[in-house]
Amino acid sequence: MSTPKGIWKIISASSVGTLIEWYDFYIFGSLATVIASQFFPKTNPTAALLSTLATFAAGFLVRPFGALVFGRLGDLIGRKYTFLMTLILMGGSTFAIGLVPGYDHIGFAAPLIVLVLRLIQGLALGGEYGGAATYVAEHSPASRRGYYTSWIQATATLGLFVSLGVILLTRHLLDPDQAKSIAKFNDWGWRIPFLVSLLLVVLSIYIRLKMKESPLFEKLQSEGTVSVNPLKESFGHKANLKMVLLALFGATMGQGVVWYTGQFYAQSFIENVCKVDFDQSRTILLWAILFGSPFFVVFGSWSDRVGRKWIMLTGMLLAVLSYNFLFGQLLRAAEVKNKIELPDIKQVKSTMSYLGHSGNALRTRTTVSYFTDGTQLTETSRDTLYAPDGSPRNLRPDIRQTVRLSSANYWMMVALVFVMIFYVTMVYGPIAAFLVELFPTKIRYTSMSLPYHIGNGVFGGLTPFIATLLTTIYTGNKLVGLMYPVIIASVCLVIGGLYIGHQDEPQGAEL
Amino acid sequence: MNHIKRIFGVLWLALGPAAVMYLIRTAASEIAKKPIVDTKIQWAVFIVVFIPIAVGMMIFGFYALKGEYDSR
Repeated sequence: MSTPKGIWKIISASSVGTLIEWYDFYIFGSLATVIASQFFPKTNPTAALLSTLATFAAGFLVRPFGALVFGRLGDLIGRKYTFLMTLILMGGSTFAIGLVPGYDHIGFAAPLIVLVLRLIQGLALGGEYGGAATYVAEHSPASRRGYYTSWIQATATLGLFVSLGVILLTRHLLDPDQAKSIAKFNDWGWRIPFLVSLLLVVLSIYIRLKMKESPLFEKLQSEGTVSVNPLKESFGHKANLKMVLLALFGATMGQGVVWYTGQFYAQSFIENVCKVDFDQSRTILLWAILFGSPFFVVFGSWSDRVGRKWIMLTGMLLAVLSYNFLFGQLLRAAEVKNKIELPDIKQVKSTMSYLGHSGNALRTRTTVSYFTDGTQLTETSRDTLYAPDGSPRNLRPDIRQTVRLSSANYWMMVALVFVMIFYVTMVYGPIAAFLVELFPTKIRYTSMSLPYHIGNGVFGGLTPFIATLLTTIYTGNKLVGLMYPVIIASVCLVIGGLYIGHQDEPQGAEL
Repeated sequence: MNHIKRIFGVLWLALGPAAVMYLIRTAASEIAKKPIVDTKIQWAVFIVVFIPIAVGMMIFGFYALKGEYDSR
């Protein structure tokens, strides 16, 4: 085991790289709308098809595949070089996305290149986490494994934090005039967060190159007991396969939906259902992450004393019981119908612009309403006025609402999202230690990576899509989307509670 | 406790095919409602990804039923 000073070097080197990988993965998702307008024009059906593939395939198909490819490599050639490789692939593909010319310049090649680069990102992410968690765990003293691996756990959420922060800063710093700055960001500034990745990755590669191989893997090598076929040993032998299935259905599946509901679906819900404006919906999440992140380490450390299982399962239980209430409160905080309007200062602005030489015109009407508590509601209505030539006239105007929250409601939302992040820290803080302890050293990288990426990537990653989909199928209830995480977390809770026993949770035992 | 674990095994065993059937029926109805490429790809990905997971759930249920997860 490493000395106290040595272990912090290992944790910082591993965590910085993993944080950068998550940052790289999230900036694509956070900038999906801008990227779609640059590379995947909706007018071209094939480009739109590639867009859908890029969104779905990278997160849900390629991540588990990356877990298998790199997990196998990590168990064959070692942890150090494998997760160095994933870092190079992730950083290289992220930087390259920032350089790809738009659809307007190189046509169809643009979405194709972006799709390939996004797939490489997904593949690399699938290989990174298992390596970093295994590497840190194999250096940690048995009695503090939960505490030390929880630093790796915090990196996923901090990666999201950094990506949101960099995007918000870049969006506002390109020009003193905010409207111009946002326009510049949408035009070319969105590339900056991708290009910045290169600096971070080079620094991280430099640090990781100086690291040594995991002592437990070196021991296997010196004894000549390295696995010959990690995939077969992980999934072909009943004794190990049953633990892989238990890890997936009794832990990572529930962890994944709680993780994605508390961070991604909450933000999407605040922006798209509560109609809170772009900046506020993101800064709410930033504050909540900032206040919540220390609890990853608190729960990781606590799991060394009380066990991993009940902390994770309590997080799931709390989420199942309170999601409806928490999301209901988010809706209430943004509602304006019970607020008192200040009609004297209501602003109405109407503009008209002609559309080419058709004679048709676009009328934009913006109404800004103010309320006594400081809330501001902006309603923008766009309506095409047709020239008298028999063109269609009965089309409905496109109406968009944006709410600017009062200070009290803003902080109320921060508190509600903080509670959700708190649940995330309960389910996610101890899980790396739980997973590494479940599998033997020779096939640990492979065995823990797959259930993690199916649980987190597939069950979790699909949360925003399925939840949103449910709201389009059952339109009467704005909270119906929560059915998905609640059902999945409930099933996981029952399986974890029933089947994970003391023999599967040997916290404090040597690996 | 071991008895309960085994009884629940039947539930997990049945949950796999039930989930796949529900998924396929919902996919067919949603694609029929909106037969565009985005809808087809989304549902195709859901089905392709969830079928192996459902098989995994069935294997898990089978192991539970056979007492593989019994406490010793």
